[in-house]
Amino acid sequence: MQRTSTEGPDYFHKVVDCQWACPAHTPVPEYIRLIAEGRYTDAYMVTWKSNVFPGILGRTCDRPCEPACRRGRVEDEPVAICRLKRVAADNKGDIADRLPVPVAASNGKRVALVGAGPASLTVARDLAPLGYELTLFDGETKSGGMIRSQIPRFRLPEEVIDEEVGYITGLGMEVRLGERVGSLKALMDEGYDAVFVGSGAPRGRDLDLPGRQEAAANIHIGIDWLSNVSFEHVNSIGKRVIVLGGGNTAMDCCRTSRRLGGEDVKVIVRSGFEEMKASAWEKEDAIHEDIPILNFLVPKEFTHQDGKLTGVVFEKVRPEYDDSGRRKLVHAGEPDQHFECDDVLIAVGQENAFPWIERNIGLEFDEWGMPQVNPLTFQSTAPSVFFGGDAAFGPKNIIWAVAHGHDAAISIDKHCNGEDVAIRPAPMTTLISQKMGIHEWSYDNDPANDGRYKVPQRDKADALKDVRLEVELGFAREMAYRETQRCLNCDVQTVFAEPACIECDACVDICPTDCITFTENGDEDDLRGRLKAPATNVEQALYVSDVLPTGRVMVKDEDVCLHCGLCAERCPTGAWDMQKFLLEMTHAGGSCR
Amino acid sequence: MTYITKPQLHHPKLAENALGYTRRDYEGSVSTLCAGCGHDSISAAIIQACYELDLPPHRIAKLSGIGCSSKTPDYFLGNSHGFNTVHGRMPSVLTGANLANRDLIYLGVSGDGDSASIGLGQFAHSIRRGVNMLYIVENNGVYGLTKGQFSATSDKGSKSKKGVINHDAGIDLVSLALQMGATFVARSFSGDKAQLVPLIKAALSHRGAAFIDCVSPCVQFNNHAGSTKSYDYVREHNEAVNRMDLIPHRDAITVDYAPGETVPVTQHDGSVLQLHKLAAHYDPSDRIGALAYLQSRQALGEIVTGLLFLDPEARDLHENLGTVSAPLNTLTERELTPGAAALAKLNASLR
Ligand SMILES: Cc1cc2nc3c(=O)[nH]c(=O)nc-3n(C[C@H](O)[C@H](O)[C@H](O)COP(=O)(O)OP(=O)(O)OC[C@H]3O[C@@H](n4cnc5c(N)ncnc54)[C@H](O)[C@@H]3O)c2cc1C
Ligand SMILES: Cc1ncc(C[n+]2csc(CCOP(=O)(O)OP(=O)(O)O)c2C)c(N)n1
Ligand code: SF4
Ligand code: SF4
Ligand code: SF4
Ligand SMILES: [Mg+2]
Repeated sequence: MQRTSTEGPDYFHKVVDCQWACPAHTPVPEYIRLIAEGRYTDAYMVTWKSNVFPGILGRTCDRPCEPACRRGRVEDEPVAICRLKRVAADNKGDIADRLPVPVAASNGKRVALVGAGPASLTVARDLAPLGYELTLFDGETKSGGMIRSQIPRFRLPEEVIDEEVGYITGLGMEVRLGERVGSLKALMDEGYDAVFVGSGAPRGRDLDLPGRQEAAANIHIGIDWLSNVSFEHVNSIGKRVIVLGGGNTAMDCCRTSRRLGGEDVKVIVRSGFEEMKASAWEKEDAIHEDIPILNFLVPKEFTHQDGKLTGVVFEKVRPEYDDSGRRKLVHAGEPDQHFECDDVLIAVGQENAFPWIERNIGLEFDEWGMPQVNPLTFQSTAPSVFFGGDAAFGPKNIIWAVAHGHDAAISIDKHCNGEDVAIRPAPMTTLISQKMGIHEWSYDNDPANDGRYKVPQRDKADALKDVRLEVELGFAREMAYRETQRCLNCDVQTVFAEPACIECDACVDICPTDCITFTENGDEDDLRGRLKAPATNVEQALYVSDVLPTGRVMVKDEDVCLHCGLCAERCPTGAWDMQKFLLEMTHAGGSCR
Repeated sequence: MTYITKPQLHHPKLAENALGYTRRDYEGSVSTLCAGCGHDSISAAIIQACYELDLPPHRIAKLSGIGCSSKTPDYFLGNSHGFNTVHGRMPSVLTGANLANRDLIYLGVSGDGDSASIGLGQFAHSIRRGVNMLYIVENNGVYGLTKGQFSATSDKGSKSKKGVINHDAGIDLVSLALQMGATFVARSFSGDKAQLVPLIKAALSHRGAAFIDCVSPCVQFNNHAGSTKSYDYVREHNEAVNRMDLIPHRDAITVDYAPGETVPVTQHDGSVLQLHKLAAHYDPSDRIGALAYLQSRQALGEIVTGLLFLDPEARDLHENLGTVSAPLNTLTERELTPGAAALAKLNASLR
């Protein structure tokens, strides 16, 4: 193999698995260390800068970082990255003086933001401090988008939303709530320099089955029902509830039902339990609240009597796999099953809908009715209109909406300044040695052996009494500290300097996870097979040195390195050094132009 | 010392041996030696060898004298018996332990100072008695622990870190061991585990006095230009006469080597050494030839490594003494004091 080039932002970034996996590239180990030090406010601000909603995300994030976490590869479970974020939010001090100061003078550019969900709010946060005159529209009477309307209060208290949305709207912008934009053309005609569409994916899919019309009064579309609960238009449901669907919406529907009078609440899904879209922890929480999840049942018909829903009939299916491994659900050969119920919640998916966007204004849509949006710049085919969040590429989650928002803000800023939106700013990176003494480092290099700590929850009986009562209590400081010690500090990189190495093997001998091998060079496949421990995780890079005096190369498999620094401690010549790689995404503003 | 303890977390694919132990289970506490010391590599090789041989840690006894090298038993085999004796006295303590309990596997760890200066007499006698052990000298040519004075194995003409020339003749422990009748003699280099690990395995499986002289650079006091025990010098002058694999007796021999180049040697315990010749005419069953070869190569400044001599039919101290097969420490009063009648019979036989 060629000598590994660590120049540029990507090589070391990729080693920081969590940060690399986070759509907004939050510097995770950095904030975890700050939490460990008790510097909650600093930790909060590091997080706020990159993902805008630490308190909200610390309770609700889909956490793409956790499956990526290196800890999950050296023992059973990843670091509780998401819930540690909440610790920073819960324990921080006043941050007023750390927020950007609202600018007195406008830069003369006007931007309209449609929808006040996380995507638009992120754009607003990035652009407001630059002097943009922003107008934020939302059809609802409160801002926050689905964070407010869909995510139930027992997972996310209202105060947290108010606080974190408030930090953004406080930067100075016109917020026009209760105002649904009815025509994009009309909006554009008002002379905005740019329009950002963050209108989400607001339409819940329906199930057109026999009985749907007749029993309509007790059959609800999940997301409409959830927002009616959130805005307190609905506060009860029947005793027996069936939730159809296996995604996160279904999980929120069933758990909400349990709090509004549902005693016998079931989730019934077409697929197998394992293939359900809902995150593992959401299923766990539902089951914990005595909600059975029945699988391989396809709904066929709503039964009703005297215009009232009586139940649902299901066909039992089983999976069958064809030669290419594709799954088909086929009739299981068992009689249909009828489940009685008082209410049905349909949570079988969400769609985009853009009835308010004219099709003759130069904004092209594809064959599925989705706007054509450039995935890097978020620009549509109408140069002054940008999309982001669920509106851009269909329903995702909050952290993706935030990431889109940052990128769209960069584009809007460039567009308004007459620059090429295709040229993207590089992230800011630093690489700094952590050496303090012969065996001293400015980070805590001793990884704890503890297993993952579980976030304490409110007693179930109490939790089920009130839909607005938060279930998770959050980590207390002491437990949070212990969880932080599980972090492997993957941003503290092992950096190798060939000229210093005397090939004494000390690093090879000490490494607890057999990362380092000195061997004859070869191509990648060949090398991966003959390292001290076979490097079978091809997603993870091999760090290869130049040829050394004995004719061999040093090969380090990045896969399960604990970043414990023992290689550097045992190296007599300082050929290994532990260097902290900090990467911060560049957001909209002068430095990116 | 601010070393952290080595994390328990390990590679997820770390393999287990026949006893269900991983290599990490054979480790000891974290080394306090200087970073880069050759001795640490030898510890790693011992760990690897014991793991590969499926040795039960509690059946191994490690004994050592005084020196950086003699400290190392703390850094491997944390679950084995250990005795850190006094300077140069490891061989007699080991001999005593071996007499008391012949069932343990004995590993004597020493340095060139410990064995070639103060302990030279003890070294020679333990070898000539054929104590069943692996005696390994971690040879760096200096007294590392006492800050780098020349030791007795330092080559004549080599230079100290300060620039002083050594005028005394060096003791070659390998030649001495051959003369004293060692039945397994090898030399290796801490920086070459591919050679060292099989040698340690073979030596541990050998019955009789096995001796390994392992050149082990002292990074702190003897790794400079002018030293003949530095990483660079040893790499440049290393002349391996053979390479070796140890095939444990329970595994069938599956590897086929070109005839003539590989000699299989069956050991007492049934394990087979596969010796691949590197030096064409070297014959490790010829003690006198070995001595001559070593002298001639040494005169050329070469460091001969590999398995230098092996007598697979060796006898050990217990066989020579005719002791009972049960370890002496398990004998009870009944066997040790057989009574007046037995004494009378013995006395009668001597009249
Ligand atoms: C039940 C449920 C639970 C979820 N739970 C989670 C979770 O735990 N974690 C997570 O990360 N994600 C979750 N999501 C997904 C997440 O809420 C969305 O992906 C995210 O909110 C999308 O953000 P956005 O800014 O693109 O749009 P949205 O949050 O959807 O906001 C769009 C806003 O635009 C407004 N709007 C639409 N059209 C117009 C118009 N014409 N004029 C004015 N206003 C308009 C809407 O009223 C809405 O307020 C959940 C979704 C659902 C349905
Ligand atoms: C009876 C006695 N004399 C002298 C010493 C001092 N002393 C300690 S270690 C040592 C030499 C050790 O040299 P070596 O065996 O080569 O070990 P190294 O440190 O080089 O590995 C000496 C002379 C001692 N501890 N005890
Ligand atoms: S930091 Fe060094 S010693 Fe520690 S796991 Fe990584 S490579 Fe091994
Ligand atoms: S410990 Fe340092 S000098 Fe020794 S092999 Fe490793 S990198 Fe090279
Ligand atoms: S002084 Fe020399 S022998 Fe002793 S630990 Fe340091 S390098 Fe090793
Ligand atoms: Mg010495």
